[in-house]
Amino acid sequence: MKVTVNTLLSMDGFSPVAIADGEAQIEGVYIGDLLSWVMGRANAGDAWITIMSNINILAVATLSDVACIILAEGVQLEEEVKTAAQQKGINVISSDMSAYHIAAALSKAL
Amino acid sequence: MSEQVIFTFDVDGDDFTSAGQASSQVKRNLRQLGIAPDIIKRVSIAMYEGEINMVIHAGGGTANVAVTEEYIEIVLSDQGPGIKDITQAMQEGFSTAPDDVRSLGFGAGMGLPNMKRYTDYMDIQSQVDVGTTITMRVNLPS
Repeated sequence: MKVTVNTLLSMDGFSPVAIADGEAQIEGVYIGDLLSWVMGRANAGDAWITIMSNINILAVATLSDVACIILAEGVQLEEEVKTAAQQKGINVISSDMSAYHIAAALSKAL
Repeated sequence: MSEQVIFTFDVDGDDFTSAGQASSQVKRNLRQLGIAPDIIKRVSIAMYEGEINMVIHAGGGTANVAVTEEYIEIVLSDQGPGIKDITQAMQEGFSTAPDDVRSLGFGAGMGLPNMKRYTDYMDIQSQVDVGTTITMRVNLPS
């Protein structure tokens, strides 16, 4: 089944923070908070689950071509970062679930 | 004679949050040139790590990216404090970054090793109290 950012948003427990391309396809999952590590190892099309919320996550998402950033554990973005995500066309989703539970939900869907 | 395309950027040292602008721009430029995605990823990651280093340690600097027929070359120059012990700096996990940088998800001592990992050639010229110049190349398929 084709899973897109919109598919994820239609599932329980996920809400939009900044959505530029809801039809972006999610092909895998990567979990990590150490930006240098994520940049090198996340694959294009991954949903990247993190608890980091500073503006540098946008550069990392752009460079690694992930389908979306999923903020776990109810982490919020500051208004400035949210605006920058919209400007850069990066999909950001938030969830109150832990990284594990988000990944488990995605694992069922993918 | 091979034709070269050159991009030049100033990396702002005062604004940690703006790091990544040059590498994101290079990524777009390389896409327009039709460079393969895996090559673009390696170039932009290596360059972003370099940008972050210049912001954290050196108060900014300049980045030059040249595209030749054989390779893409990134030259990062700063007039920061220099690297005392390059061998030590190249070790994964070694970092002199302050705690506030670590809380942003950087400073884990992976910057220089990542730059080496993602490029085919890397040279560091550094002098304490004078500055650092790093040259990296990613080969293009012939």
